Amino acid sequence: MIRYVIRRLLLLVPMLLGLSVIVFAIARLLPGDPAALAAGPNATPEVLASVQREFGLDKPIPLQYWDYLTGLVQGDWGVSIFTRRPVFEDIVTFLPATLELVAAAMLIAIVLGIPLGLAAAVWRNGVLDYVTRTVSLGGIAMPRFFLGLLLQLCFVTWLDILPLSGRFPLIDLPPEEITGFYTIDSLLTGDWYALRVSLAHLALPALAMSLSPLATIIRMMRASTIEVLQQDYIMTERALGLSSRLILFKYVLKNAMTSTLTVIGLYVSWLLGGTVLVETVFDWPGLGLYATQAILSQDFMPVIGVTLVIAIIYLLSMLIVDLLYGVFNPKVRSS
Amino acid sequence: MSLLEITNLNLAMRSYEGETQILHGIDLKIERGEIWGMVGETGSGKSLTGLSISRLIPAATGRYLAGSIRFEGTDVLNATEREMRKLRGRKIGMIFQDPTTNLNPAFRIGTQLVDVALHAAEHDPSVLGLSGNASRRERRRAARRVAIEMLGKVGISDPIERIDAYPHQFSGGMRQRMLIAMAMIGKPDLLIADEPTTALDVSVQAQILKLIHQLVLERDIGVLMITHNLGVVAQLCSHVAVMYRGRILETGPVRTVLKQPSHAYTRALLAAIPTVHTKRGELRGIGDIMAEAG
Ligand SMILES: Nc1ncnc2c1ncn2[C@@H]1O[C@H](COP(=O)(O)OP(=O)(O)O)[C@@H](O)[C@H]1O
Ligand SMILES: [Mg+2]
Repeated sequence: MIRYVIRRLLLLVPMLLGLSVIVFAIARLLPGDPAALAAGPNATPEVLASVQREFGLDKPIPLQYWDYLTGLVQGDWGVSIFTRRPVFEDIVTFLPATLELVAAAMLIAIVLGIPLGLAAAVWRNGVLDYVTRTVSLGGIAMPRFFLGLLLQLCFVTWLDILPLSGRFPLIDLPPEEITGFYTIDSLLTGDWYALRVSLAHLALPALAMSLSPLATIIRMMRASTIEVLQQDYIMTERALGLSSRLILFKYVLKNAMTSTLTVIGLYVSWLLGGTVLVETVFDWPGLGLYATQAILSQDFMPVIGVTLVIAIIYLLSMLIVDLLYGVFNPKVRSS
Repeated sequence: MSLLEITNLNLAMRSYEGETQILHGIDLKIERGEIWGMVGETGSGKSLTGLSISRLIPAATGRYLAGSIRFEGTDVLNATEREMRKLRGRKIGMIFQDPTTNLNPAFRIGTQLVDVALHAAEHDPSVLGLSGNASRRERRRAARRVAIEMLGKVGISDPIERIDAYPHQFSGGMRQRMLIAMAMIGKPDLLIADEPTTALDVSVQAQILKLIHQLVLERDIGVLMITHNLGVVAQLCSHVAVMYRGRILETGPVRTVLKQPSHAYTRALLAAIPTVHTKRGELRGIGDIMAEAG
C-alpha cells in the first residue's frame, strides 16, 4: 500500500516535467513581449533591455527553461512581472482561497448529492425523483457564472441577506492565518465573528460552483444505486432478514459509492481549472483571478506556476480517489 | 401444525407485456425432518415458489390471485413486514444459486455473517447463546464467535483468519459454503436452497450436497431443495415435487415417485437423466447413502 503510494508519487515527476515543458513553450512562444508590458509604453530601449536582463528574457528559450526548472526545485518559481513578487509567494497567498471555495462547493455537492441520489433511486419515479431530475438537468445545462449572477440577484438584491462579493470585508480583520482557509482558521482560533462573516462570503460562490457537481453526483448515485439494488446479494440480504435501513445505508451505499467516487475526483480538478468565471463574478481573490490577470498581461511565470499547481492538485486528487476506490472496492485493493 | 403449508397458491407476475399467471394452484406441505426436492425445467416456477415462502417478490411485480402460505401457523401472505422479518434469517434460511453474485463483494465475510446472526438474535437471543439483556458489545462479540464457529462447521479451514477476508478471495465452492453458513447461522427451521450447486463444479457439488445434508440431519429441520437435477433428488431427498409450467404434477416420497412415476412428464424427466436412468430399479433411499458415507 505505502509502496503503491510512493510509486504513484514518483510517477508525478515525469508528468509534471513534461507538462512544464509544454506550458513553458506555449507561454514563451506566444506573440507579445512581456518585458515591454512591464517596462511601460514610454520606456527607452535601454530600460527595456535592462528589464529583459532582469527577468532573463534575453537568453535563448531552452536556457530560460533550464534556469526556470532549476529554480523550480529550489522553490524559486520566477517573479511575476505584474505584481513584482515571487510567483511562489503569490500562489501561497491565492491558493487557499481557491481551495477553500472548491472544497466548500464539493462538500455541498457530496453532502446533498449522495443522499438525494440514494433517495431518488429508492423512490424511483416519485416526486423527489422528478424534482432532482429536473434540477440536475438545469444544473448541468446552466453556466456557473450565470447561476452566480442569479444567486446574487436573489440573495443580495432581493433578500439582502448575504454580501455581494469578496472573501472578507476589506475594512475588517480576517482570522489569524493558520491554514489560509478562513473558515477553518476562525474555527481553530475560536473567532466566531470571523467564521460567520467568512461563511456568508463563501456561501454564494460555493453554491454557484456546487450545482453542476451536485447534479452529476445525484445522477451517478441514482444510477449506481438502482443497479446495486438489483444485485443478487441484495436479495440474499433481504432473504436473511436484514432491515431495509441496514441494507440501504450499509450494504448498498458502499457498493454504489464506487462509481460516484470517480465522478467526485474528476470534478475536483474540473472545478479547480474552472474557478475563473466564478471568482470573477464574486471578486474572489483566488488563483483563477490571479491567473486571468497574468494571462492578460502576458506575465508567463505565474501562468506556468498556476498551471503546475493545478496539475499537481489534480494528480493528487486522482491518487486519493484511487486509494478510496480500494477502500470501497476490495477487489481493486488486492490487485 | 405443519412447518410449511402452501395451499392453492396462484401467482401472477407483471412485466411490460402485462400480467401473466405463473403459478397455478400450488399445494405443498413440508414437515420437520423432511427433505423435499422440487424438480422441473427452467421457467416452471420453482424459484418464484421458493421466494413466495419468504414473501420476497415485490408487490409491484407479483400479485397473489388466490391461495395461502402458512409457516408454523403464520399467514405469510397477510403478515406485516415486521412479522416477515422475524421469519427471514431466523426461521427460514435461504441459499441461492450463484455464489459469485450472492455475496456482497464490498464487505468482509464476517461482516455479513455477524449482521445476519445479530438480526436472528433480535428475535431469539439464544442464537448467540446469550440471555435477553446482553449489551450491544457482548452481542457483537458473541455474534463474531458464532460466525467463526459456523464457518468451521461448513468446512472453512482457519475460520478465525478467513472471517476477515473478502468474497473474491475464495473459490466458488468456498463461497457457497459461506452462503450456507449465512443461511444456517440463525438456526432456521426451514431451509430453502434454490439450485445451490448448479453453478459449481461437479466434484464440488457432491461436497456441498453432503454438507447440507449433514447440517440438516443435525438440526432436524425441513428443507426445500430446488433443482432441475433428478440425480440430486435421488441422492439427497426424502420427498419430491415435480413441477411443470407453474403446476405441481405429482408429489410424494422419493422412492414412490421415482420408481413408479404416475405422470408421463416425470417419466420423461427420469429418462433424460442418464445416471438415474442406468440405476433405475436400484434407486437408493437417503438412509442407505448416509450409511455409506458414515
Ligand atoms: N420478475 C419477473 N417478472 C415477470 N415474470 C417473471 C419474473 N421472474 C420470473 N418470471 C417468469 O416466471 C416463470 C417462472 O420463473 P422461475 O420461478 O424463476 O422458474 P424456475 O426457477 O423454475 O426456472 C418464468 O417463465 C419467468 O419468465
Ligand atoms: Mg430458478
